[in-house]
Amino acid sequence: MPRKDTFEVARIRRHLAGHTGKEYWRSLDELAQTDEFQELLHREFPVGASEWSDEPTRRQFLTLMAASLALAGLNGCSGQPEEKIVPYVRQPEQIVPGKPLYFATALALAGDVLGVLVESHMGRPTKIEGNSKHPAVPESFWGGDELLRPGATDVFAQAAVLSLYDPDRSQTVMRRGQISSWDALLGELNARLQLPQAKQGAGLRILTESVLSPTLGNQLNALLESYPQAKWHQYEPVNRDNAHAGARLAFGEDANCLPHFDRADVILSLDCDFLSHGPGHLQHARQFIRRRQVRHADGHEAEMNRLYVVESTPTITGAIADHRLPLRASQIEAVARAVARRLGIEVAAPPADRLDGVSAKWLDALSDDLQNYRLERDPGSCLVLAGPSQPPIVHALAHAINERLGAVGTTITFTEPPEIQRVSQSESLADLLSDMRAGVVEMLVILGCNPVYWTPADFEFADALSKVPFCLHSGLYQDETAVVCDWHVPESHPLESWSDLRAFDGTVSIVQPMIAPLYSGISPHQVLAAMLGQPGRTAYEIVREYWQQQQTGGDFDDFWQQSLHDGVMAGTAFPTKQVSTDGLLDRVAEETQSVGDGRSQAELGNENGGESGGVEVVFQPDPTVFDGRYANNGWLQELPKPLTKLTWDNAALLSHQTAAQFGLSDGDIVEIELAERKMHIPVWRLVGHPDRCVTVHLGYGRTHAGRVGNGAGFNAYRIRTSRSPWFATGAKLRRTGNLYRLASTQHHALMDGRDLVRSGTLDEIRHHPDHPPLMKGGHAESAHQDSGHNDSEHKGAEHPSMFPAWEYKGYKWGMSIDLNACIGCNACVIACQAENNIPVVGKSQVLVGREMHWLRIDRYYAGDPKLIEPETYHQPVPCMHCENAPCELVCPVAATVHSDEGLNDMVYNRCVGTRYCSNNCPYKVRRFNFLDYADYNTPVLKLLNNPDVTVRSRGVMEKCSYCVQRISAGRIQAEKEDRQIRDGEVVTACQAVCPTQAIVFGDLNDAHSQVTAIKHQPLNYDLLAELNTRPRTSYLAALRNPKPNL
Amino acid sequence: MPQVFHPSMNTISRVSIFGAVFIAAGIGLVGYVLVRSPYMTEAGVVRTQPVPFSHKHHVADDGIDCRYCHTSVENSSFAGIPSTKICMNCHSQLWAESPMLQPVRDSFRTGEPLQWTRVHDLPDFVFFDHSIHVHKGIGCVTCHGQVDDMPLMWRENTLLMEWCLDCHRNPENNVQPRAQVFNMRWQPTADDENHALLDSAKLAEQYGVKSKMSCSVCHR
Repeated sequence: MPRKDTFEVARIRRHLAGHTGKEYWRSLDELAQTDEFQELLHREFPVGASEWSDEPTRRQFLTLMAASLALAGLNGCSGQPEEKIVPYVRQPEQIVPGKPLYFATALALAGDVLGVLVESHMGRPTKIEGNSKHPAVPESFWGGDELLRPGATDVFAQAAVLSLYDPDRSQTVMRRGQISSWDALLGELNARLQLPQAKQGAGLRILTESVLSPTLGNQLNALLESYPQAKWHQYEPVNRDNAHAGARLAFGEDANCLPHFDRADVILSLDCDFLSHGPGHLQHARQFIRRRQVRHADGHEAEMNRLYVVESTPTITGAIADHRLPLRASQIEAVARAVARRLGIEVAAPPADRLDGVSAKWLDALSDDLQNYRLERDPGSCLVLAGPSQPPIVHALAHAINERLGAVGTTITFTEPPEIQRVSQSESLADLLSDMRAGVVEMLVILGCNPVYWTPADFEFADALSKVPFCLHSGLYQDETAVVCDWHVPESHPLESWSDLRAFDGTVSIVQPMIAPLYSGISPHQVLAAMLGQPGRTAYEIVREYWQQQQTGGDFDDFWQQSLHDGVMAGTAFPTKQVSTDGLLDRVAEETQSVGDGRSQAELGNENGGESGGVEVVFQPDPTVFDGRYANNGWLQELPKPLTKLTWDNAALLSHQTAAQFGLSDGDIVEIELAERKMHIPVWRLVGHPDRCVTVHLGYGRTHAGRVGNGAGFNAYRIRTSRSPWFATGAKLRRTGNLYRLASTQHHALMDGRDLVRSGTLDEIRHHPDHPPLMKGGHAESAHQDSGHNDSEHKGAEHPSMFPAWEYKGYKWGMSIDLNACIGCNACVIACQAENNIPVVGKSQVLVGREMHWLRIDRYYAGDPKLIEPETYHQPVPCMHCENAPCELVCPVAATVHSDEGLNDMVYNRCVGTRYCSNNCPYKVRRFNFLDYADYNTPVLKLLNNPDVTVRSRGVMEKCSYCVQRISAGRIQAEKEDRQIRDGEVVTACQAVCPTQAIVFGDLNDAHSQVTAIKHQPLNYDLLAELNTRPRTSYLAALRNPKPNL
Repeated sequence: MPQVFHPSMNTISRVSIFGAVFIAAGIGLVGYVLVRSPYMTEAGVVRTQPVPFSHKHHVADDGIDCRYCHTSVENSSFAGIPSTKICMNCHSQLWAESPMLQPVRDSFRTGEPLQWTRVHDLPDFVFFDHSIHVHKGIGCVTCHGQVDDMPLMWRENTLLMEWCLDCHRNPENNVQPRAQVFNMRWQPTADDENHALLDSAKLAEQYGVKSKMSCSVCHR
């Protein structure tokens, strides 16, 4: 790979100096207008994308052509292949062939529980929507059947169906690498259990992830009763130990925090990425964005909450912040203390060097806002949150500030913890390890986790495991742990087994199977039942019996049916817990004083790990594969990460200054040495990253993930130790001189034009509510041109067209995307992929720009030549369904044409693959099947496909269809009932999944539809309106609410 | 130097140059005819089935309504092929010993479904919905032909796109009263109430039948 050093600060500064007003850019290449960037901008695809890389000789060419011609001839001579129809012998009552059914269940995803509705076609789950009855799920805009009201979900929930069908999942019981059987395991298990029984289970240990299932908890407790000396340990690499310890520090007891963003006027996040993950994150996103939507159209005065973010790794939460302060993770405690002191809490002063890079003005402004920025003059409507990677003291400081400002009880409330047993997971694991090393453990049962891969490097779990005479692993994959355990049991997927799950507020959902286990999976309930001497019991019996015992009064069958139907058990949410705040401030103050020089224990611990003067390493869960559990999911692997736009890999993220200091450029492999542990990883320079600090995402470098995940990325667990699981100082960075190709989609599908992103401040709107200057003039015309036929003359005046305007008599579909509400979470991209059978292409294809996502999210930075505190904007770009579509004019076979409802239809069976349309699309939203990307060979993956959407083959162009299959279904339903389609009855997949309702779809001919109303707002604008394509999809400009003069 | 070509080659070459046009046209014509022939479209070709089921007998002789077996035709895109249980509703009593029905009884006993050969097979990129056609008053007979006259089942029409479009361009020619959709022998008759002739065009207006010609109506 040719090495290109494109970072030229001087050139960029020069470029920026020549501009007034805001400048938006996607990367420094763009800002510097490098030759490479120009090349990408003007080409339809990157160089090499449209060429066949094998060089065929003339002879090969003739051979291929001869074969093709012969086959082409033959192809025409055969009729259709014969097809069979296989009806039921006895048809189940509710199944109507051709109509999907929806079942409510719940998924535990990365420590969070989401209630979901699963769309099932003839018994095969194909698509997941949120269940709006569930407390963690905000409801979608919906005008259809009330019983089906869908809700938002996140990328992990959307991708769960792909994991269900994953052909790489473990399929049989294994004994030391040999295929065995469940019965054989039961035999050995019984024999082994006799020994611990005699000793009261002295050598028996069970290791699980955080257990959120009441039934599983009950079984574990029953097991501990039968074997009193046995122990149950819990560990997950991305745990909330710090938050729990912080709450105990502050309140002296376990408390589960529930932030209420709907009541918060000003929010301070201390390294807390509350929009990406964590319990209840979708509700948080919804509530947070609700308070940022300016509703002056209906007479309200423009109001917005204000978000301050202090963070190390740039996240989507930081991207939407009104004020973002990038700092090294170890500095954040100092900021918390400084703020606390300004608010009159007697904490120890932070050491001055820790506040390096933090201006007093910034802190003063923040403190002032925390006390005084109020929209409705409520006391206590501020909210301070600490991230799970920050030490307990930061959490305690956050609680103290909340208490000081009267927020406890208003914007933050507390409940009992939803975990069955809340333990410090790092201590729990350490206990287990010391027992294993001491040879005390005779029998270790690992349920559904992968400790060999993800436990801290200093624990050397695999080594300790070899001292255990009998270990049993139950998991979805034959992963790193499974291959070193004596026994491995294939676990059933959550979509194919019975269980139950408790959400963050205590609400319980029954998990019900959508399909019989595909790969003879066995549920953890069955494994525990076998250990309890009840090997024949099914998970259904176990779960049902547990709830039958819990039920007091009333008919159990009714209760059970209702709970299954609703997806939530009525009345199981925890009541609000009154926490004791007496002496909270003193306790926290004392805690900060107790460590002599003003540094907390956690910081000292970190520093002991390495030398001073090195860089700081931050460990974060990956935005797409999380802690590694989703590594074999192709949808998540290929999903461009929200800010870096990297696919298929993780990278060492660092700032441009730090990279320059070490002489590094994108793709340079560095060696990171931390406390004598080393890893190699390529570098990716990320705008907004703090200096002298490097972020590595967890979850990559798997060796036994499956065909998709093996070998992708670099394993950061190799340098992550138990002493500093989240950030460690004193790491050494060394350039190895080797290069690595990272597949980033940052420069794919570049658009060239004016004002692609528009943004402004709340003040601009206040002063010019109808014609805000950020719209740069011309906005109102373009805003109104699509939304009603009465201003067609006006439209003509604005942009003359050779063609007479078409009158849409029936429906006229349109979409609006609110850049102010978009948080860049990527859920829409995966939802679109799941709904529309979009294939995964692989890293080598992404490198040449052939990714197939119909909907991409462009990420823009704005302003700031210092390149460290830029504003960040996300812009989802689906097909615009232009009125004057440039693609339609150039198609020689009329494979892309306009429908009478205004859709830009793509007809796959007509397409001959000239790609003229894609070449002519200024938005670059068309995707071409360069190869046969759809998997026709793996039988199990055929079950995954949405039967309402064609599976495209090689040589066919495709693009966003506005989910035309959903429009058709809605139209047919409405016509059968002799009525019009109601507003909100047809929701696109991206709209349904969006946690913040940024995407609105509907009929522009309906004067009362939501989308029509939005298109009349003054912030509405069209992308590349100057080309007179008259797009159907329009955007609302983004707003920020910065503090004046800061 | 001897002549390479016989003098008759002059005539042959003249004829073939002149005839090239006709030859090309002929090939085109053969193709055109072939594509529309029953060989390609399978129209009119009887398909073998595990049980020689006679629609003629069940519909014309016994007067069984279409919906007794094709249960989801009014609700779903797929009309529904009867489960073995539906056959056995009657055939546990009638012709209970008939050797022709042995596969049905076997299926019912063993739980192994019958495997019927699909007669009306649209390409996979076409999304047809029975329920909306029924609701708009398109009779079964319009596409499936006189099923009550078919001892064994065949495809009455070509199912080519041009055939679909013939009707989609002018749907008003093929609308029946909703109550008569399953009637195989419906003819326009006088309405009971106002004695006007109930013709397709009037019904089309009444049912809101519109010409649907956009590609995405059928191709998604």
